[in-house]
Formats: sequence, structure tokens, C-alpha cells
Amino acid sequence: MIPSLPRPAWLRAGTVVYALLFFAFLFLPLAVVAVFAFNDAPYPAPPWRGFTLDWFTARGANGRTGLFADTALLGSLWTSVVVAAWVTLLSVGVGTANAFLIERTRFRGQQALSLLMLAPLVIPGVILGISILAFASRLAQFVDDSFGVELGFLRPGLPLVVLGQFSYIVAIATLTVQARLRRFDTTLEEAAYNLGASRAAVFATVTLPYLRPSLVGAAAISFLMSFENFNTTLMLVGADAPLTVMMYGRMREGASPVLNAVSLFLMIASALLALTLMRAPREPRADPS
Amino acid sequence: MAADARSAARLGLWLLLAPALLWLVGLIVLPHVDLAILSLRARVAPRVYEPSLKQYLTFFDEPLYWHTFVRTALMSIVATALTLLLAFPVAWTIAKIARGHARSLLFMACLIPFWVSETVRTLGWMILLRESGVLPALLVRLGLTAQPVELLYHDATLLVGLVYTSMLFMVVPLIGALDTLDDALIEAAYDLGGNGFDILRRIVIPHAAPGIVAGCIVVFMLTLGNYLTPTLLGGKNSLWFTEQIYTQFITRFNWEQGAAFGFLLLGLSTLIVWAGLKLSGQRFGDVMRRG
Repeated sequence: MIPSLPRPAWLRAGTVVYALLFFAFLFLPLAVVAVFAFNDAPYPAPPWRGFTLDWFTARGANGRTGLFADTALLGSLWTSVVVAAWVTLLSVGVGTANAFLIERTRFRGQQALSLLMLAPLVIPGVILGISILAFASRLAQFVDDSFGVELGFLRPGLPLVVLGQFSYIVAIATLTVQARLRRFDTTLEEAAYNLGASRAAVFATVTLPYLRPSLVGAAAISFLMSFENFNTTLMLVGADAPLTVMMYGRMREGASPVLNAVSLFLMIASALLALTLMRAPREPRADPS
Repeated sequence: MAADARSAARLGLWLLLAPALLWLVGLIVLPHVDLAILSLRARVAPRVYEPSLKQYLTFFDEPLYWHTFVRTALMSIVATALTLLLAFPVAWTIAKIARGHARSLLFMACLIPFWVSETVRTLGWMILLRESGVLPALLVRLGLTAQPVELLYHDATLLVGLVYTSMLFMVVPLIGALDTLDDALIEAAYDLGGNGFDILRRIVIPHAAPGIVAGCIVVFMLTLGNYLTPTLLGGKNSLWFTEQIYTQFITRFNWEQGAAFGFLLLGLSTLIVWAGLKLSGQRFGDVMRRG
């Protein structure tokens, strides 16, 4: 019950105990992953055999390859970054256009279109993956049969992974930008027009700065969701595996602690990203120039 | 002038409409139409196909397939209910009991684990639960078991993993819904003699219903479509329907069958979302924006 009402002592104690257990449940798997990145043993399993940095720095000595020498793993990390960068760029760009389409224009069928934009969020990722895979293959086959041209980017590979992830991440980016655009006071734009600003100038100096926090937020969410995506990616992946798919493959074979090392790296990176986002000013400051 | 302005506005509209249509038609609508066509045909000779319901009939004829389907649905419902039960007290603590700094700290603590990918979290569970893992070793140390026991590949393990991975998507909408509940209502109910259970049933749950439904719909969908957690924590025993889709599509290259399975899963997921909305009398757009 709420604090203003009398709460029996057992209920208060129970609340605290429950919260502690809950957060232990949330953080236990992550803590274990982090700890075993430093265990001096060939498998991430107890008992503790002493502290080592081998799983980061070893270069093949006594059968150990650390993260910094594991070119396949580093390559997949880079693949993930490249894919996520493309997905972010496309999602924020198209998402912003969608937000303006819904909030600033009126046309027939707009209601239906804005509902359709939410559909990708309720389609399971595996199905998004197979439908895009099948459709792209059919297109490639059609082009090959009709014109004798082989369109490699329609075959499983990174371009399809980018499109597959984009197909639902853009829906989230749209919602994020749209929520802020809706609260925008359009008289600010009118004032700028009255002062003689051109359409482009108004957009660049009034609308865009106002939208910036939502654009940054949408970009961060898009990057993170792309980086973490597994279901859709698995269906569309070709020869170059992004990190999640590579890790999955290795986890099935029986993981070495180098996976813990790369996981720890991911945890630190996302914690830093979270901190920067929280410290970023919520409202854009007025530019003195 | 006026005609110019109008055609400029129309050009602007089309420029904004183009990317949205390319996305929705090119990546959502057409691929699903194609998938539907794929699922409704059968191969009679190399590169020769004819319309057929064969793929759907196979699903009903082969007990393994529909058992897996029903099992996936039931397990997803159980996982969703468990997630709700576990998340509710925490959401209540954050929304109603914690104040100021503690509140934002607790909220962040709920978010942080989900900034890391599901792969990493699943790796953690595997290290904790497998036969050579942390918990079996601990059980031996405590004298509870003589030998390390395999804690992976059980249904209970699978549920733990699914609940864990969905937690955030339940906690956030619940906090959102409980936040807007005026404490005065609870106080009034208490003053009128309501006990804790009455207040929960007649004040809190009706108020939080939109958040509960939003959370349940999202969690159910994510669980139903999950692939990583069932395969890694459940192994061969998990019998998850997405694995069947993967097997047909990628391993066996039987796209027609895989497409039919995909549609069955999509149908189930849509049905449950629809039923959830109907039961709670809510609109799809509002729920998704809240989630």
C-alpha cells in the first residue's frame, strides 16, 4: 500500500526483500558474465582459478585467443556497427519524414496509413525476416529470368539485414519523433515566416533544433535495437555474421570466455551510451549566434 | 500564385509520402502477400507449382507440428502471466512507494539490463544453470545435491529465461499506468473500509488496465516470436514454433511449408492481440503508443 496509509511491518519488510530479490534476478546473469571474463580457465564455469586478462589480450599462447586477437569476433563486432549505422541513418531519416507526414499533412487514408505504420511492431521478427527473404529472392529471380541481371544485394547478406531491421525499427523512430512534433507550437514557425525567413531557414533554425532531443533519442534507440537484433537478422544473414549471430553460433558449440570478454565490452559501451544520453540536456539551449 | 502554392504543397506531400510507402509497401505489405502466395502452393515438379492447401494440411496431420504450436502458445501465456505477477510489485514500489532519487535509481536499475543484448543475458543464464555452471556447483557445496544437476533444458528454465527477457516490457507500461493513479483514491477507499485486496481489485486494477493490457500484449508477442531463448535455454526439448519455421525455411529449404507456419504464427499472434484489445475495450493505436 502507499506510504500515507498504515502499512504493517511485515509488508514493509516484504517489499524491501522482494525488491532486493527482484534486482538480484535482473543483475545476476550480467554479473556472472562479467566475472567469468577474468577467470583463468578455458571455460566460463566455476571454480574460480584466479584472475587473468588472457581473454582480452592473449595472442594464441597456450591455446588462448583473447578478444583483441580474435579477428573473427572483432570483424563481427564491426559488421554490427556498420549495419546499426545504416539502420540508424535510414530509420531516423524516414521516421522524421513519417512524423511530418502524420502531424503536418492531411490526406485521405491518413488514419489507415498511421495505423499501418504500427503493424511492424506486432509482427514477430522471425516472420518479418522470412517474408523479406522470400520476397527479395522472388524479385532477384524475376530480374534474373527477365533481364539476365543478377542482383546480389537481394540475396541473403548485409543489405537485406539492414532492410529487415529497418522495417520495424523505423516504426519506433517514427513514434519517438512524432510524439515530440505533436507538442510543437507552430506559432514559432509562423513568427519566423513573418520575420521573413525562408522555408528552409525556418526548418533549420526553428523546427529542427526543437526536434533534436527526439532525433538523438530515436537514433540511440535505433542503433541499440539494430545492434541487439537477432530474430530478423538470423533469417537474412549471409556470409558476414553480425555479433549476435556470431555469438549465438559459438554459444551452441560451447563458449570460451572470450565471449564473456566481448559481452563485458558491450555492457560498458551501452552503460556509457545510457549515461551520455541521460546527461544530455533535455531541451535544446538557445543558440547565441 | 495560389496554384503554385497548391502544387508545391502537393509535391511536399508526395515527397513525405514516398519513403513511407516504399517502406510499408515494399518491406511489409508485398513481402507478406508473397509469403501468403508461397504458403498456398505446392511443388509438383522442379520449378512447377500449383495452388494447394497442402502446407496447412501437413500442419494438422503431423502431431509434432501442431503440438509444438499449441505448446508455444500455452507457454507464452504462462510466461506472460508470470511476468505480470513478478513485475507488478516492483512497478508498484517504483510508482507509489519510492520517492525522488531512489525512484529514478530503481527505474534505471530496471532499464539497464535491457541495454545489453539478449545474447549476453542468455549467456549469463547458461553459465549460471548448466551442469558445470554456478548454481549446480552451489547446490553441491550446500549439500543439497550429491552431483551437479543439469538445470538447463527444462520447461521451468525456459520460463525463467522468457520471463527475464520480457520483464522490461511489462515494468515500463505498468509504472506508466500506476503513476497516473491518484493516491487520494486509494486513501478514500481505505477510509471507506476497503482492505488491501478490495482496493487492488476495485481501484488499482481497473485504473491500471490499459497499462496491464499493453504490457501483456507486448510480452506475449515477444515471447511467441522468441527464438534465441528457447533454442539456447530449452535446447532440443524446447519445441518452440519459431524453431520449426527456421528449420523449414533455412535448414530444409522448404519455403512453402515455412511460409505456412509463419502465417499460422502470425495469425495466432494477431488473434491474441485482437482478443486482448477487445477484452479491455482499447484501441490498437493507443496501446502501441503507450508501449
